[in-house]
Amino acid sequence: MFSLDTWQEIFDTISKNKLRTLLTGFSVAWGILMLIVLLGSGQGLSRGVEYGFRDDATNSIWVRSGQTSVPHKGLRPGRNVQFTNDDYDVVKSGVRGVDHITSRFFIRGNVAVTYGDRTSSFNIRSVHPDHQYLEKTEMVDGRFLNPMDIEEHRKVAVIGVRVKDQLFRGKDPIGEYIRIKGVPFQVVGVFTDIGGEGEQEVIYLPISTSQRTFGGANRVAMIMMTVGDATVPESQAIAEDLKLRIAERHDFDPNDARAVFISNAVEGFQRFVDLMGGIRMFVWVIGVGTLLAGVVGVSNIMLIAVKERTKEIGIRKALGATPWSVMKLVLQEAVLVTSVAGYFGLVAGVGVLELMAGGLRSSDFFKDPAVDFKVAVSATALLVLAGAIAGFFPARRAAAIRPVEALRDE
Amino acid sequence: MEVRSNPAPAMLSLRGIHKTYSVGANRLHVLKGIDLTIAPGELVSIMGASGSGKSTLLNVLGLLDNYDTGEYYLDGQLIKDLSETKSAVLRSQLLGFVFQSFNLIHFKTAVENVALPLYYQGVPRRERNRLAEEYLARVGLADRAGHLPRELSGGQQQRVAIARALIAKPKVILADEPTGALDSQTSIELMETLREINASGVTMLIVTHERDIAALTQRVIRLRDGRIEGDERNQPAQAPVPAPPALAEVSAGLS
Repeated sequence: MFSLDTWQEIFDTISKNKLRTLLTGFSVAWGILMLIVLLGSGQGLSRGVEYGFRDDATNSIWVRSGQTSVPHKGLRPGRNVQFTNDDYDVVKSGVRGVDHITSRFFIRGNVAVTYGDRTSSFNIRSVHPDHQYLEKTEMVDGRFLNPMDIEEHRKVAVIGVRVKDQLFRGKDPIGEYIRIKGVPFQVVGVFTDIGGEGEQEVIYLPISTSQRTFGGANRVAMIMMTVGDATVPESQAIAEDLKLRIAERHDFDPNDARAVFISNAVEGFQRFVDLMGGIRMFVWVIGVGTLLAGVVGVSNIMLIAVKERTKEIGIRKALGATPWSVMKLVLQEAVLVTSVAGYFGLVAGVGVLELMAGGLRSSDFFKDPAVDFKVAVSATALLVLAGAIAGFFPARRAAAIRPVEALRDE
Repeated sequence: MEVRSNPAPAMLSLRGIHKTYSVGANRLHVLKGIDLTIAPGELVSIMGASGSGKSTLLNVLGLLDNYDTGEYYLDGQLIKDLSETKSAVLRSQLLGFVFQSFNLIHFKTAVENVALPLYYQGVPRRERNRLAEEYLARVGLADRAGHLPRELSGGQQQRVAIARALIAKPKVILADEPTGALDSQTSIELMETLREINASGVTMLIVTHERDIAALTQRVIRLRDGRIEGDERNQPAQAPVPAPPALAEVSAGLS
C-alpha cells in the first residue's frame, strides 16, 4: 500500500498544485498550532494552581475553634470554644480514618529568639511529631520532633533553614542552644519546606514543652490531621464525625457554622482537580473544534480537486485503476498534506509556548506552559485521523467517478 | 474469405444486448438487442449517426458501462454484473483504449502517460519506463518522450495514446473516433499505424462516422437506432496492406 511508486504519484500531483496544497496545509497547521497553544496554556494554568497546593498535604483536615453563634441546650451564643489536649486525644483515639494527627499551640506575644549575640523574631509552632506529614517538611540535618520529646517535655527545637542562616551564619546548629523568650532550647534538626521563605523561618517545638514552659496549660489552638487516601465523601464523613464529637464535648450545636471551622483539603483539592479536568476538557473541545475547521477546509479543497481531476481519474480508471487505488491516491494525499502541515503547526505551537514561558515569568496562576510527550503523540494521532477523515469523502467521490461520464467529450 | 472458413473462437461476442438509460422521468432505450461476434485479429469499424448507440456499445464492450439484458463474452469470459474492481482488472489485462480527444494526463510527460497502464499492473518504475520508451519509438515518437501533451501536435498526442493503449499488450483495442480531432492527412497516417498494429494480431474496433476511415477496415458494422442495420466485409482490394517487416518484428518480439 505504501510503495514508493504510490508516493511518487502523490508527489507528482502535489508539485503540480503547489498553491492549493499550501493553502490546504496552512489551515491544518493553524488548527494544530491553536490546539497545542491551548493545551499548553491549560497545562500552565494547571501547574500554576498546583504550585499553590505544593506546601501542604492535599489529604488534610484542619480544625480551628471559633465562637458559638446559636443557643444550645440553654446556653447562650457567643461562647468561645477552647480546644485542649483532651480534644486531641478524643479525635486521635475516637475518629476512624485519621492517619496522622497533630495539634498546634501558639505562644502569645512577640517571640524573640536569641543565639549568642544575635536576636531575631520567628514564627514558633508547638506541635506533635506527626506535624511533619501535614506540612511538606523535609529534614536537611538532624531529626524532627519525636514522641519522647513530647513525653519528657524536652526543651528541643527544630529550625528552618532560614533560621539557621540568620542565627548561625554557617555554623553547625545541631546541639547548640537557642533562647526562646529567654528559655534555652537545644537544636536537634534543620528542615526545609518547599512552601517558600515564610515556611523556612519557622521553629518547631514539642507542644507539651511549650504548654508547660510558656503558660499554655492544656490549651490547643488547632488540630490538624491527614486522612490517608480517603475519597471526598469519606473525608466529609470523617469531618462530620469530628464535628459531632467536638460539639458534644463543648456543648454547641453541631450545625453551628461559627463554633468550629473545618477546612477539608481533600474537598478543596478535588474541586481543583475537577476544575482542571473541566479546563482541560474545554481546551480540547476548542482545540479540536479549530482543528475540525481545518479538516473541513482540507476536505473541501480536496473535493474541488477531485472535481477538477474527474477527467484524469476517468482516464486512470479506463487504464485499469481500481476504485480502491483511486481512493488510496486521494486519501494518501490528504493524510500526507495534513500530517506534514500539522507537524509544522506542532513545532510552531511548541515554539509559541516556549516564548510564552519566557515572557510570562511564573505568576501564581500560570507556570511552565508546555505540552508533554503524551499530548504530542495524541495530537499526531489526531492529525493522521484528521487527514484520513478529510480525505475520506473526496476519496469516495473520486472512487465513484464513472469513466464513461468522465471521458464524455463536450 | 478464406481466413473465415475455419473460424477461430470469438474474441467478443454479444447476444441480445439491451441497454436503457433513465434521463429524469424519461427512459431512453439506447441498445435494442445487439447480436455481434468478432473474431480474434479482426479490424472492425462501427458506423452510425450520433444517437445511434455506437458510443454506448463501445462503453459496454470496454467494460466502462454495464448492460441490462443479454450476454457479453470477452475472450471467453461472461461479462455480467462485474464489480468495479473486477472490471478494472479485466480492462487492465485485456483492453486498450484510444479516444477522440486523446485523453492524455496533462501534467505527465509522454513517456509517463504511456507507462501508466503498467503502473496499475504493478510493473516497477524502471521497467515500465523502459517499455514505454520502446512503445513510443514504435509509434515514431522516440524523440518526444520527455514532452508534455500540450507540447505535441494532435497527431502526435494520438500516437502517444496509441502507445499507451498498446503497452499492456491488450487483446482488443477499442478506438472511439480516433481520427475525429485530426486533419485528413494525419488521419490517414494514423489509420496506417492502427492497421499495422492490427496486423501484429491485436483485435481492433474503431467507432467512426467517416466513410474514408471505415473503408480502411476489414468489416463495417452499421448502427441505427440501437440496432445493427448492416454488417458487411470490405472487398479484398481494400483489405489492409501487410505490416512493414520491421514493425511486425518489434510486435512479435514484444508479445
